Amino acid sequence: MVKVTIDGLEIEVEEETTILKAARQLGITIPALCYNELIEPYAVCRLCVVELQRGQRTRLVTACNYPLRESVVIRTNSERVQRLRRMNIELLMARAPGAKIIQDLAAEMGIERTRFPLEDSDEKCILCGLCVQACSDVVQAYALGFSERGSKRVIGPPYDTTPETCILCGACAYFCPTGHIKMTDTDGRILHSELTLGPNAAITLPFRQAIPNVPRVNPDYCIHMKTGGCELCVKVCQKEAINFTELAQDSFEEFEVGAVIMATGFQDFDPTPMKLYGYGVLPNVLTSDEFERMNNAASPTGGRIVMENGEEPRSIAILHCIGSRDEHYHKYCSRVCCMYELNFAHLVNVKTSAEVYQLYIDMRSFGKGYEEFYQRILDEGVNVIRGKGAEVVPAYQKRRGEGGLLVCCEDTLIGKYREIPVDMVVLCTALEARADAAEIGRKFNISTGADGWFIEAHPKLAPVSTTTEGIFLAGVCQGAKDIPDSVAQGAAAAAQVMKMFCQGELLMDGAYAEIVEDICSGCRICNGLCPYNAITYDIEKKVSAVNPAMCKACGTCVAACPSGAITGRHFTDEQIYAQIEGILA
Amino acid sequence: MTKPKLAVYWAASCGGCDIAILDIEEKILAVADFFDLAFWPCVADFKYKDVAALDDGAITLTLFNGAIRNDENFAIAELLRRKSVVLCAFGSCASDGGIPGMANFYERQTIFDYVYGKSPSTVNPDKVYPQPLTKVPEGEIYIPAMWDTVWTLPQVVDVDYVIPGCPPQSDQIAAVVGAVIDILKNGKPLPPKGTVLGATDKSCCDECLRQRDVKKIKKFVRPFEIIPDPDLCLMEQGILCVGPATRGGCGAKCVAAGMPCRGCYGLPANIRDQGAKMVSALASVIDSTDPEEIGRIMAAIPDPLGTFYRFTLADSLLRRAQV
Repeated sequence: MVKVTIDGLEIEVEEETTILKAARQLGITIPALCYNELIEPYAVCRLCVVELQRGQRTRLVTACNYPLRESVVIRTNSERVQRLRRMNIELLMARAPGAKIIQDLAAEMGIERTRFPLEDSDEKCILCGLCVQACSDVVQAYALGFSERGSKRVIGPPYDTTPETCILCGACAYFCPTGHIKMTDTDGRILHSELTLGPNAAITLPFRQAIPNVPRVNPDYCIHMKTGGCELCVKVCQKEAINFTELAQDSFEEFEVGAVIMATGFQDFDPTPMKLYGYGVLPNVLTSDEFERMNNAASPTGGRIVMENGEEPRSIAILHCIGSRDEHYHKYCSRVCCMYELNFAHLVNVKTSAEVYQLYIDMRSFGKGYEEFYQRILDEGVNVIRGKGAEVVPAYQKRRGEGGLLVCCEDTLIGKYREIPVDMVVLCTALEARADAAEIGRKFNISTGADGWFIEAHPKLAPVSTTTEGIFLAGVCQGAKDIPDSVAQGAAAAAQVMKMFCQGELLMDGAYAEIVEDICSGCRICNGLCPYNAITYDIEKKVSAVNPAMCKACGTCVAACPSGAITGRHFTDEQIYAQIEGILA
Repeated sequence: MTKPKLAVYWAASCGGCDIAILDIEEKILAVADFFDLAFWPCVADFKYKDVAALDDGAITLTLFNGAIRNDENFAIAELLRRKSVVLCAFGSCASDGGIPGMANFYERQTIFDYVYGKSPSTVNPDKVYPQPLTKVPEGEIYIPAMWDTVWTLPQVVDVDYVIPGCPPQSDQIAAVVGAVIDILKNGKPLPPKGTVLGATDKSCCDECLRQRDVKKIKKFVRPFEIIPDPDLCLMEQGILCVGPATRGGCGAKCVAAGMPCRGCYGLPANIRDQGAKMVSALASVIDSTDPEEIGRIMAAIPDPLGTFYRFTLADSLLRRAQV
């Protein structure tokens, strides 16, 4: 430890601590443009210059990279220091006239203009090299460097080309002290990108209500995952909670369970293929999911309903049945949309003064209290139009000097074709089975119907169980349903499991396949066939065996067994031959 | 004391079964010692009229090989049935129809047209076909009329036991003959009627020493197309082996030598139709869900009917092609 005096204040710091850090511990501000505590100091801007006195001798040093090794006296704001800083800031002003931060610093020092000839008036780069260091030392992408010499010195990618090693991480722009480096979206417009539900930083909370409520590293955005460099988070986390060696290895846990409740849910229908609605092409055309996200108090808009330009919309059209009740997409009714759409209308009425248009085919307010809510919405003055939204087109409104939207529809109650001018369109997309539902179904030996939903054992009498013993269904994975129905089905599935566990024994169907050990020759043709994994092969005895508790008597193995060793109880060959003979007799 | 009488007959067969009996080596001496040979056209000159002259039930044991496909086969089958105490269907032709049974894919006329007309080695511009009756100066010559359909022995007469195989393996024949001698000598009871002798109840796989795994077939190959792994199940290597649907007892000699089972021991104890069972089994293990690919895989099987029903067509549920 060394004891130093800074501006008359004493402080004890560890050896090798820089003057800048020691001063900051004392709360003394030293201006520094090219300093970032995450990057090795380079001491280019020279603004952090301070006066250092050792014994009788004083000299000027840069605070950012001067390590304290002995007891010294430092003055950060002496006349000599101020004079030199003013000179440096004037030089920086001439070098980068476009950088606001330099002008602000100069103004603080009482300087309004520089005496030196200006470079290009838009120039912001002060050649501090923070970006170069960030790219090479932190990110380890080595995409930026200095080129030329003297007054021609510039920073950029080699030969001014698009560097192949750049991973578009934006670290250079982040570290640039003057705002010279900017990230631009070269793919064109970004449609309400801030509304995407997922995080867009490498370390974020998944969402505000996440449990456990701790941040996570997103490998898609993490620089370390891409280049092996960075690890700044590890350096700054005082709790040492970030461990990349553990993060890099996903682990698989195996659990032995007696029952599985499938509650895999649904995915949102993507309206992009429905070109007529302009989703992804026209501005301010949102899906219900995006609109819901915008309304969330924790959303980037703070729950305000705004258009892309940040203004409040004057009118909003809410289009029902996008992808539902549609011959070309899903024939079924998604069941939840009518009610959340009415809720949307209510939210718009509460939050804005916008006019709301509901375009519906049939208003299905079937649940408890639902019809009452519909009546309330009508009382609130929502325009309810019976007719499906047919098309959304841009309407070039001169009033605001920008494009609005026109929703075309047939109002079936008045028998007229209408074009409704609105500022925003919400497409209420269908609930659809997850794309991997069939694959998951195969893993659990349950089947999916034509719509992709998992099939229950019986639509009326066994709506939560499946044809596979011990596999139960809950929620939308079995078919579109709202929250009360999902909760009810989930509770029912849990009760079914409890019933099974509490009984301690299983009621089995009398029909199942049996392998006669004396006939089975262990050819193993049946082994890979059982959809319920009920067949095992005994290597010692060289015969296969059916576990009757798992067998569902489908008969696949019975048909396949080439030596007739497998019989389906209650469906034996003899019984079937007798039936045939009976018919032919 | 008179010795028990033994008869061996060949109907529609190749003669291999007779050779197989002689192939039991020195044990044939015990047979000759114990039995009095009543009838065995292959090895000694007997006349039908000698057999007809015997009392009914005078022959203790008849080993009848060959299928029934003409008047003569049928007449002798009935004759031997009358004269024998125990009638054995010997070999796959007698028990299941065997190779001659595959004639049931066609009818007599088609076979005649080919054999006496179209076959590459035949010159028959006058279309001379065999006739049952031929007039010659000395009188009428009769040759047995060929039937449209080949029948198995149990389909035409009552049969006591079946000894399958093409031919039955000599060690099995020796064992059966030894057992018969033992029974007759020591007055032991006969096995129940209908018993399959010289074979097991399990399938050929039971005797096969090749290592088996869960089967998934992506492609069928013929034996000459690959050098099969000597230790692995042939079917898993894509070679169409009918062993799983064939009765064991042969010792799985073909598969041990790298050739797939052809199915000569006939259908195992518990099934009614060997070919249908084999098709059903194969259909289950084709490793594809794409109908076109499945079609391509199955199309690689040459002569599926002849492969699946090589020995048992006449005894199958199909019995014959409907023409």
